[in-house]
Amino acid sequence: MLGRLTWAAIPFNEPLPLLSGAVVVIVILAILALVTGKGWWPYLWREWITSVDHKRIGVMYVALGLVMLLRGFADAIMMRTQQAIAIGDAQGYLPPDHYNQIFSAHGVIMIFFVAMPLVIGLMNFVVPLQLGVRDVAFPRLNSVSFWLTASGVLLVNLSLVIGNFARTSWWNYPPLSELAFSPDVGVDYYLWSLQISGIGTLLTGVNFVTTILKLRAPGMTYFRMPVFCWTTLCTNMMIVAVFPILTATFAMLLLDRYLGMHFFTNDGGGNPMMYVNLFWAWGHPEVYILVLPAFGVYSEVIATFSGKGLFSYRSMVLATFGICILSMMVWLHHFFTMGAGANVNAVFGIMSSIISIPTGVKIFNWLFTMYRGRVVFTTPVLYTVGFMVTFVIGGLTGVLLAVPPVDFVVHNSAFLVAHFHNVIIGAVVFGAFAGYNYWFPKVFGFTLDERLGKASFWCWLVGFYLAFTPLYVLGLMGMTRRLQHIADPSWRPWLLVAELGAVVILAGILCQIAQIYVSIRTRKSRLDLTGDPWNGRTLEWATSSPPPAYNFATLPQVQSIDAFWDMKRRGASSIETHYETIEMPRNSSVGFVTAFFAVMTGFACIWHIWWMAIVGLLAAAVIMLVAGWSDEREREIPAAEIATLEARSGRRQPA
Amino acid sequence: MTVATVETRPTAVSATLASELTVGKRTAGGPSPKRTVVAYGFWIFILSDMVMFAALFAAYAVMAGNTAGGPTGAQLFNLRSVFIETMCLLLSSYTCGLGALSAERRNSALFFLFAALTFVLGAVFLLIEGTEFAGMVARGAGPERSAFLSSFFTLVGTHGAHVSIGLVWLVYLAAQVKTKGLRPAVLRRLLCWSLFWHALDIVWVGVLTLVYLMGVT
Repeated sequence: MLGRLTWAAIPFNEPLPLLSGAVVVIVILAILALVTGKGWWPYLWREWITSVDHKRIGVMYVALGLVMLLRGFADAIMMRTQQAIAIGDAQGYLPPDHYNQIFSAHGVIMIFFVAMPLVIGLMNFVVPLQLGVRDVAFPRLNSVSFWLTASGVLLVNLSLVIGNFARTSWWNYPPLSELAFSPDVGVDYYLWSLQISGIGTLLTGVNFVTTILKLRAPGMTYFRMPVFCWTTLCTNMMIVAVFPILTATFAMLLLDRYLGMHFFTNDGGGNPMMYVNLFWAWGHPEVYILVLPAFGVYSEVIATFSGKGLFSYRSMVLATFGICILSMMVWLHHFFTMGAGANVNAVFGIMSSIISIPTGVKIFNWLFTMYRGRVVFTTPVLYTVGFMVTFVIGGLTGVLLAVPPVDFVVHNSAFLVAHFHNVIIGAVVFGAFAGYNYWFPKVFGFTLDERLGKASFWCWLVGFYLAFTPLYVLGLMGMTRRLQHIADPSWRPWLLVAELGAVVILAGILCQIAQIYVSIRTRKSRLDLTGDPWNGRTLEWATSSPPPAYNFATLPQVQSIDAFWDMKRRGASSIETHYETIEMPRNSSVGFVTAFFAVMTGFACIWHIWWMAIVGLLAAAVIMLVAGWSDEREREIPAAEIATLEARSGRRQPA
Repeated sequence: MTVATVETRPTAVSATLASELTVGKRTAGGPSPKRTVVAYGFWIFILSDMVMFAALFAAYAVMAGNTAGGPTGAQLFNLRSVFIETMCLLLSSYTCGLGALSAERRNSALFFLFAALTFVLGAVFLLIEGTEFAGMVARGAGPERSAFLSSFFTLVGTHGAHVSIGLVWLVYLAAQVKTKGLRPAVLRRLLCWSLFWHALDIVWVGVLTLVYLMGVT
């Protein structure tokens, strides 16, 4: 009846997972009780859960990413603490099996459920506004994408309480991840949660490529688009180009595990290295999928707060495309030691080094944008400058790793761990935080507290260097990654510094939580009534904060790059009095209901509850048939109502 | 702040912009019509589907020789039935095109005729493929026999699954035409479906070449 799901799946004999699981369950139940007690369900259902508004979906993505950041960070600080304690005779507090699950969950969560939701959330909120349109190309599909991502998150977190998670690291290499060596549900949790959320991400890619190429305000030609739209376009083209590879790869591993096939097994003619190739054919572009939107954020932030247009806009666009294309030709540098031969390694080593050229172009463009600008050092700018320094260091260690002979020495070491945290925290996470601070007033209508924002930046920056610089040293001293126990006591000082770094980052996170709290408490004094708190350049600042559901009462007419700046400069202002009826997409529960059955199907497949899997799949098919039948997907907002809404928003012009 | 005034809602299209609009600079005209957006979006989705097939093709190319002592393609494939399969699918693309043209001309009787033909051809294709698969499994050449057969069944089976979905989708759309008539929303869905059906043909040409023709030589 319940497949292999028994009471043994609940870790009663392991206090640590049981306790953390219980805390999570209690917190969730408390939130549900609060929402029920206050009678918030109708509001949540109407305004958020069934909303297809790109702005609401963007906010939910970012919220999801921030909550999962706490989970991923909890994993991180547990690992750092284990490594700081378990040296020599001491065994630490995490047994190997639990430790292996933690480093696997940390990687999966940080890449798929923190970094991806944060960048996708930002582009959801910002891109339609920057393009001067009212929503994305397929709003209902957008809601499906979000809820499928949330389904993946739910499944990963279920593994905390029911069963266990993979011990196979975030890349899940066979043959270890094959049934013969990982017979329990851990790898299945990994595969199903990523398959489900991966479909969501793919649909996001389809949606945003179509939006950017087909839906833009009148006059918004390609070379008038803000750089963030360009980088988002590249990111989503890459999602379309590589996420299907991941889906196919995981499908093959699932077939191996469920139907006894031989894609990656040791026997039957299987080839585990094929998994590694396919995984990184997705995996390397993935890091650029994450970092390009961050580059877009930096471009917007640095132009706005320098009071100048971006230096050499066209070279920025070209560099973005260069990175986009080159990123698909370097995947083999993740496994130089595979034994492909010197010539193959040389080609991939050279291609990997070449990526630093367009990236260098970008760095210089940002620097020259600041040059002779009136730079206002707000929190987003601090993150941008912190990024430039940190990312250059991370990029240079990357160029080192791109040299095959060097890679043979430091491969799989803490040096590598330091390198990719250097670029992912230094570029993606800082970029997400810069964007979060920059666009927050647009989203909620009030600015974030600057003092706490700056404090959190300094904690993150200092904490990052304290936590990861020692790992470079340890890597060169010979420490391999993912060690549950440290045999060599001479590494202790470095590990203690790294632990201190994690604590300083924790202080940064606490500052961010305090920043939200303080900003909400004092929001009356920090309202943004103009819609343009930073003297912005692009169209998202041309509407009120927060924007109305329809974004723009009349679509803006774009005449140049930095469209809003151009409008302000021309001073051709007028208050619109004539409105026309606007057609907006209706709310839809399709996304939420699909996600419900996706979780059901995924959970059933993980635990081999076949009847439940069939019910889930049939229900999903019925939803598609019902959803595909409806024609009434739009509602009309009459002109009179828009006039009322616009008058009520009472936006004041900046003095 | 140096900027004194703010323009947020321009009242009229400027003269230069108006000329830009009239010279037909497409992007200058604002958002594209819904039919374009839907077809374009679905086209991108098909592109992603092609990438997934590319990964399966690559896996097959790697695995083709890994028979683990089991049967090879030359021993298993029957080119005569593959030829009939191919003809069915190619012909169904032709009838699909005729159906799309009839729909565009609002001729629902002709549309139903060609939709029925397309369905029958697709169903015959699936029947032959199903028979082939069942015969192989009966001979002990199922997907768990060797890496070659795993990748064969996965690649060809994924294509077959797409054809099956296409047939269900066709029936569903025919029901929409029947109840709602050939109105714009239904026509947009038919357009997506025909894009999907033609794309499956392209994949099949790859399967025919890489799997069957190269498999028996």
